[in-house]
Amino acid sequence: MTQFLGLYNYWIVVFLMMVGFYVLISQGNLVKKMIGLTVFQTSVIIMYITMGKITGGTAPVLLDREAVYSNPLPHVLMLTAIVVGVATTAVGYALIVRIKEAFGTVEEDEIEDSAL
Amino acid sequence: MRNEVVLRVGAKVLIPFILLFGLYVQFHGEVSPGGGFQAGVICAAAFILYGLVFGLETAQRVLPLGVVRTLAALGVLIYSGTGVVSLLLGSNFMDYDALAHDPSHGQHYGIMSVEMGVLVTVFGVMVVIFYAFAGRGASE
Amino acid sequence: MLAVTALGLLRVRNLFGVVMLGGIYSFLSAALFMVMDAVDVAFTEAAVGAGISTVLALGTLALVGSEQSPPRHKSTLPLIVVLITGAALIYGSMDMPPYGAADNPIHLHVAPEYIEGTREDVQIANVVSAVLASYRGYDTMGETTVVFTAAVGVLILIGDLRRRRRKGEER
Repeated sequence: MTQFLGLYNYWIVVFLMMVGFYVLISQGNLVKKMIGLTVFQTSVIIMYITMGKITGGTAPVLLDREAVYSNPLPHVLMLTAIVVGVATTAVGYALIVRIKEAFGTVEEDEIEDSAL
Repeated sequence: MRNEVVLRVGAKVLIPFILLFGLYVQFHGEVSPGGGFQAGVICAAAFILYGLVFGLETAQRVLPLGVVRTLAALGVLIYSGTGVVSLLLGSNFMDYDALAHDPSHGQHYGIMSVEMGVLVTVFGVMVVIFYAFAGRGASE
Repeated sequence: MLAVTALGLLRVRNLFGVVMLGGIYSFLSAALFMVMDAVDVAFTEAAVGAGISTVLALGTLALVGSEQSPPRHKSTLPLIVVLITGAALIYGSMDMPPYGAADNPIHLHVAPEYIEGTREDVQIANVVSAVLASYRGYDTMGETTVVFTAAVGVLILIGDLRRRRRKGEER
């Protein structure tokens, strides 16, 4: 039973990841796809942070007394991941603006039709 | 009309505090949560607020596009420069122990310098992206 | 709550609402990070995800228009792909060690070295900053370069202010 409760965190992350993935591949509007990508990235970050938590631990800032600290390594990796994520989203939005100017629309179906 | 006055006065009061908070986060990044990325984003948010409330032209008179582009590149230069300085002082690339008379001070100087580089780059990049998106809209 | 926000994001048609829901999602995940003791990550996610991402998306919406057309074809194939992937991931998560135990393999090898090393060699209080700038400083240099490259990319795509004069030839 406790194992089930421990796994609940990962299942929520998988659910969020799948919703983001579904928005990414099924919606036609390019801007909505980008937001789906952001949801996907954030859910992966949640998963790593979940793995790094220690029950009864505290934030990894050193105190003068003896304490149990949560694992700082996933925090560092996820900091990099968030910043790189925003960098790629910025370039993606710039591409969307150019696509709008070139094709006149940001709906995937209409772009396919006009490219034929 | 009246809403515009409220926005302008509110922004003028808030922006110095936001910048101050950003610098606080930067310099306290070693003792409390924070550091270069968060501080860079907060300072950029203050400047973007200025640009949104007072207009793109005014913001570009304060920080012209050329200056901001240079800032973005300068931060990466500061970061790599710290590594190269360690090389020139006889140690490995980015070994902060060599930067001062004893290792823990060296680490301290090294970390402060790289966080400064990160702050400058992130600030420059966020403002450059804002100028690009806002400038595009104004041209249509 | 995160699940409800994500589902709302899927169904809402007005793009402005979608962007706002994305911002709410970022804020909720920042709160979740705080609960999980990840204070630096929460700070960065709140500033970057809820701040910069939302501003960029709104800027894009101002340039491309904010209603989404109704879907033209049925979406059963994506649904099947998503369900199969989700089932595979849940099957994979069955093997995970219990949540929060202090003797998980992830906590045993490198992390105690970093915490002890920060206390003795580096001597600053924020372990995350020490690891980011000193133990893994090379990665952070790469990350700063990636951010700079993103600025270069955006400038190449939509940066040129001199284009303002050629507005007539664009379309």
